[in-house]
Amino acid sequence: MRYSALSILKQAFAGNLGWKPAWREPQPKPHYDVIIVGGGGHGLATAYYLAKEFGVRNVAVLEKGYLGSGNVGRNTTIVRSNYMLPGNEPFYEFSLKLWEGLERELNYNVMFSQRGIINLYHNDGQRDQYIRRGNAMMMEGVAAELLDRETLRKMMPFLNFDHARFPIMGGLLQRRAGTARHDAVAWGFARGADRLGVDLIQNCEVTGIRRENGAVTGVETTKGFIGCNKLALAAAGNTTTVGRMADLELPIETHVLQAFVSEGLKPMIDNVITYGAGHFYISQSDKGGLVFGADIDYYSSYAQRGNLATVEHTIEEGVSLIPGLSRTRVLRSWGGVMDMSMDGSPIIDRTPIDNLYLNCGWCYGGFKATPASGFCFAHLIARNESHQVARFLRLDRFERGFPIDEGGKGPQPNLH
Amino acid sequence: MASLIHCPHCGSRPKEEFSIRGDASLVRPSPSASDEEWHRYVHIRDNPKGRYKEHWHHAFGCRRWLVVERDNFTHEVFSVTDAAEAAKAVQA
Repeated sequence: MRYSALSILKQAFAGNLGWKPAWREPQPKPHYDVIIVGGGGHGLATAYYLAKEFGVRNVAVLEKGYLGSGNVGRNTTIVRSNYMLPGNEPFYEFSLKLWEGLERELNYNVMFSQRGIINLYHNDGQRDQYIRRGNAMMMEGVAAELLDRETLRKMMPFLNFDHARFPIMGGLLQRRAGTARHDAVAWGFARGADRLGVDLIQNCEVTGIRRENGAVTGVETTKGFIGCNKLALAAAGNTTTVGRMADLELPIETHVLQAFVSEGLKPMIDNVITYGAGHFYISQSDKGGLVFGADIDYYSSYAQRGNLATVEHTIEEGVSLIPGLSRTRVLRSWGGVMDMSMDGSPIIDRTPIDNLYLNCGWCYGGFKATPASGFCFAHLIARNESHQVARFLRLDRFERGFPIDEGGKGPQPNLH
Repeated sequence: MASLIHCPHCGSRPKEEFSIRGDASLVRPSPSASDEEWHRYVHIRDNPKGRYKEHWHHAFGCRRWLVVERDNFTHEVFSVTDAAEAAKAVQA
């Protein structure tokens, strides 16, 4: 069923009894051309673009829980392409361009709102660093603006400009950045893939990867064996667990990241703001809740729940940046397990096994990448070669000495 | 994760006093080891779900490096040892 103003009107007169489920709930077939492990944003986007752009429609997505139950529904919904390094920036800009046409593409309202992101700076060195990043963006054809303190003061008077240690001196603005409704992104891609014939199989956990003569022949699951010609992994924080079934050795550590939402407030924060003196990012949802987050919890964790010390640290950062937050009540917090890579950048690549493909290492920046990750991964699976903008995101870049380390932090996954 | 960590030198201390480095099961190769061995040491991680040994530094306490053995899914802490003791145990 195609959604339109007319369909809403028709359903309104028919008592809204005619709406159909957005996707089927099929039983797995014995064999598929491509099986994708992981029914999150990236897995669903990969299935959608495989079917839409590359004509591969005999595809299944296997999800151990329900669709979008992982990180795609557990993030702070920020979409941006303000990266610095040449290995990253064209990829994220490609993603942002896909976001700009995504609602029309999917016939689904993902509530993409280009409200702009502002990265604040608090000292001269940081200003120079943001000038460098803005210039790097412009070299890739992406607009960036440096804002001074007085401009910022007019835009967002509620910030703590005269903080004794970390006064706000200005910020780097990307106007085309923004936020999207995260669940709707998963649902939109799921519905789009389903309409093109992809089987979305929920509550189906992969328990083993069967191989013959060095090639994958299928997967053992809680719903029995399912055969495939090509297997694609998009399992985020559980990548190592699934990869081990095929003896993959990966540059990944799993960590928990928390996100928070406050009670609903009147419109207060128009943009996405990031705090340069700590690591804190905040925006306001259309419902009025402030959506914010900070660092990961630093210890290895496979549990989708976080630690109170990190909650306290996050709130302290928030109040330090926006003193008015001190009287806001937090409604909810939640944790997601992140596939932290050794350089903070992702991997979309082949593996030592010919028909096994890998998409992982998103650290905590995967949401914004959802469309491009799906597009580039589908390109890789269908054509067996990297998409132009994802060609640096290789699995062997670590041993070859070509890491893509935006933060300059070295091979220390909990610092990325 | 537990809110209190039992430091062998300082007793039960709040988790916030510690900073965390990462996997403590890795053994540094010799300087003359091959590039392959160094790559595995620097970049490749077992990343198990369950029992896990991690290097913690008691940054706001005795400033000793510790090995915390714990479950990274249930967050149960099994033991906390001084890293020097843990290294002796590995060498023995």
